[in-house]
Amino acid sequence: MDRNSYLDMELLRFSTAGSVDDGKSTLIGRLLYDSKSIFADQYQAIEESSKRKGDETVNLALLTDGLRAEREQGITIDVAYRYFATPKRKFIIADTPGHIQYTRNMVTGSSTSNLSIILVDARHGVVEQTCRHTFISSLLGIPHVVFCINKMDLVDYSEEVYEKIKSDLEAFCSKLDVKDIQFVPLSALKGDNVVNKSENMDWYQGATLMYLLENIHIGSDYNHIDCRFPVQYVVRPQSEKYPDYRGYAGRIAGGVFKPGDEVAVLPSGFTSKIKSIDTMDGELDEAFAPMSVTLTLEDDIDVSRGDMIVRENNQPNAEQDLDVMICWLNDKKMTPRGKYAVKHTSNDVRCIVNEVKYKVNINNLHRIEDDKDVNMNDIARISLRTTKPLLFDKYTRNRTTGSLILIDEATNETVGAGMII
Amino acid sequence: MKSYNLTHLQELEAEAIYVLREVASQFENPALLFSGGKDSIIVAHMARKAFWPGKIPFPLVHVDTGHNFPETIEFRDKFVEKIGANLIVGSVQQSIDEGKVVEEKGFNASRNALQTVTLLDTIESNKFDCAMGGARRDEEKARAKERFFSHRDDFGQWDPKNQRPELWNIFNGKKHIGEHFRVFPISNWTEMDVWQYILHEKIEIPSIYLSHERNVFVRDGVIMSTCDFIEQRDTEQTTKMQVRFRTIGDATCTGAVESDADTIEKIIEEVAAARTTERGTRSDDKRSEAAMEDRKKQGYF
Repeated sequence: MDRNSYLDMELLRFSTAGSVDDGKSTLIGRLLYDSKSIFADQYQAIEESSKRKGDETVNLALLTDGLRAEREQGITIDVAYRYFATPKRKFIIADTPGHIQYTRNMVTGSSTSNLSIILVDARHGVVEQTCRHTFISSLLGIPHVVFCINKMDLVDYSEEVYEKIKSDLEAFCSKLDVKDIQFVPLSALKGDNVVNKSENMDWYQGATLMYLLENIHIGSDYNHIDCRFPVQYVVRPQSEKYPDYRGYAGRIAGGVFKPGDEVAVLPSGFTSKIKSIDTMDGELDEAFAPMSVTLTLEDDIDVSRGDMIVRENNQPNAEQDLDVMICWLNDKKMTPRGKYAVKHTSNDVRCIVNEVKYKVNINNLHRIEDDKDVNMNDIARISLRTTKPLLFDKYTRNRTTGSLILIDEATNETVGAGMII
Repeated sequence: MKSYNLTHLQELEAEAIYVLREVASQFENPALLFSGGKDSIIVAHMARKAFWPGKIPFPLVHVDTGHNFPETIEFRDKFVEKIGANLIVGSVQQSIDEGKVVEEKGFNASRNALQTVTLLDTIESNKFDCAMGGARRDEEKARAKERFFSHRDDFGQWDPKNQRPELWNIFNGKKHIGEHFRVFPISNWTEMDVWQYILHEKIEIPSIYLSHERNVFVRDGVIMSTCDFIEQRDTEQTTKMQVRFRTIGDATCTGAVESDADTIEKIIEEVAAARTTERGTRSDDKRSEAAMEDRKKQGYF
C-alpha cells in the first residue's frame, strides 16, 4: 500500500446485521480476504479450529467469534469489531449477531455507523428479519443503507427475482426515514459483485459492494450547520507560562467554529467571542465536527463541564420534558414512573419516566398501545422529565446532541438507549 | 462548496482524545498504564494533546516484570522526564519477594501471568479507579469484544458475557466503591494506524522497534533475544541476527522478527506486506486458544 495514499484515507464505520445461514460471515470473510486483511496466522488458527470441530470447510465465523463460549456454542454473543483497509478507506465493521438479544446488539453496533449492510436471502425475499434490520437502521439514523440480495447463484442469477425483492424493499422503505438506499445483487460465496464485478449478471449495471463502500459520499454524514460544542473538560494549567489560561476542551458535535465567532454559553446565556481554537500543534483557523479541540473565549465567564457553546442565532432546545424513542437494553424491565440517571453529551442529570406512549412492533412497524411493559429489546416512545433542562437537538438533526442513555441507579448498568424526538 | 472531511488518522485521534478527556472528567483518580511500547507511547502522546497547555492530569504506571529489554527502560525514563509526567512503578519482583506470587520455572518460564497480581495490587494501593491502556481490538480476538470503558468488579475481573452496552460516544463510568474501570482510548486503531501516526507525528520510539544486530536463539520457530532471564537449552545456539521487535512485552515471551527495516517508513512497508499478526511473535498468547480471554477475566490488562 502506498504510504502517501494511506494518509488521505477516510474512515467509514459500517454495521452488518443478520442471523445464522444468511451468509453474513461469508460476506465479511470475503471482504477481509479480498482486501488481504486476514493474516496467515489467523487463517491457520481458524483452519485448525475448524478441523478439530470436524467442519469440512474453514469456518470464517470463527474469525469474529472471539470468546470461548462463542466458539464452543457456535454463536455470537456480542458485537465484534473488525478492521480492514483498502487504499481509499479504512473500515470499521461492527458485526452484530442475529439470534439472541438481537435488537440490543444491533442498536449498540449501529449507533456510530455511517452505513448499514442488510443481507437478504434471494430465495426467501423480504422476511420479518429484513424489516427489523431496516427499521433499526432507520431509527438509529444511519445515513446509508445497502441491501445485499445474497445467494443470487441459488436463484440462477435471475433479474426478475432481484427486481421483485428490490421493489418490495423500496415499498417498505417509503414508510421509513432512510436518506440513501442502495441495492446490490451478489453471491458472497461465489464472489459475484462483492469485490469483483459478476460475469453472471450482465443485466446489473450498478456498482459492486466494495465499490460502494469505497465511494459512498460520507462527507455530509456529520452536521456541519448547527454549531454545538459540549464542554467536556476545562483546561487550567496555572503554570508559570500559562498563569491565566482557561481553555474549554471538547469534541465538536455540530457545525463549524472560527475565531471571532460570536457565541453564547448555555445554559447561562452569556455571550462572548471565540478568541482562539487551540491544539498542541498550533492554533486553527476553523474546526468542525467531529474534531477534538480546545476553545478560548474573549471574556472571562463561568463555563464548566456540561455547558454548551453555540452560535447566538442558532441555539438548541433547552427543555426538561422530552419525548424519546427508547430501546431497552436490560433484562430488568423499565419501571413505570421509574427514576433513572441520564447521560446526555457531557451532562449528567436524573429523570423520571412520565409515560410510555406506545411500543413499536419492529416487524411491521405497528404501534402497540395496550401493552406498556418495556422489556429488553423493546422499542418504545416514552416521555421523560429531567431534573434540569437538557440542551438538545432532535436525533434526526444531530446524532450526538440528540442521543442519551438511561442508567439504573442501583446497578449502574446502562439500561436504555434514547433518541430524542 | 468546501468539504469538511477528516482523514482516518485525524478521526481516530479525535476519538482517542475525547476518551482521554472523558476519563479525566469522570474518574477521581485515573492512571495511564505505560509499558514503553509503541501503543502506550501514542496514548501518552495524545494525553499531552488532550490537556495541552496543561500537563497530563494523571500519573503513568509501569508494571515492571523486571524482565525488560534495557532499551525500553532507558526510553521510559527519558520519555517521562521529557513530558514532565509522574511515573509510578509496580514491581513484579516485589510481588514475588512478598510471596504473593510464585515464579514459574523451566525453559518457558515467564512473568507475564504474574503481572496481573502486581497490576491489581498497584491499582489497589494507589486507589486508582481507572486504568487506561493501549490495548487495541485488532490485536487479539478476545480484545475485539472489549469496550472503550470496561467495567471491572472488586476483584478486577472482566465478565465478557455481561458487558455494559456502549452507545454513540456516551461512556458510562459509574461504579460502586471498590470497582474500577479499564479504558482503552485506541480500541479502534490497527497496527498500521499506529505506525502511520508515529510517522506523521514524528513520535520517538524505543530503538528495538528498528532493525539492529542482536544475539538471539530460535525456540519453537520464534526468534528470542539472548538474556539473563531465559534459560537456553543446549540445542539452542546463540547467533547474531539482524532483527527488530514488532511488540515489546516481557523479554521472556516476546519474539523478534528478521528485518532490515531501520526507519519508520520501512516498518510501514513491512507491516503492509506482513502475513502474520503482530502478536504472532508473542508466546504468551499461544498457550491456548483462549489464553488472552482467560488472563483478561482474571484482571489482566
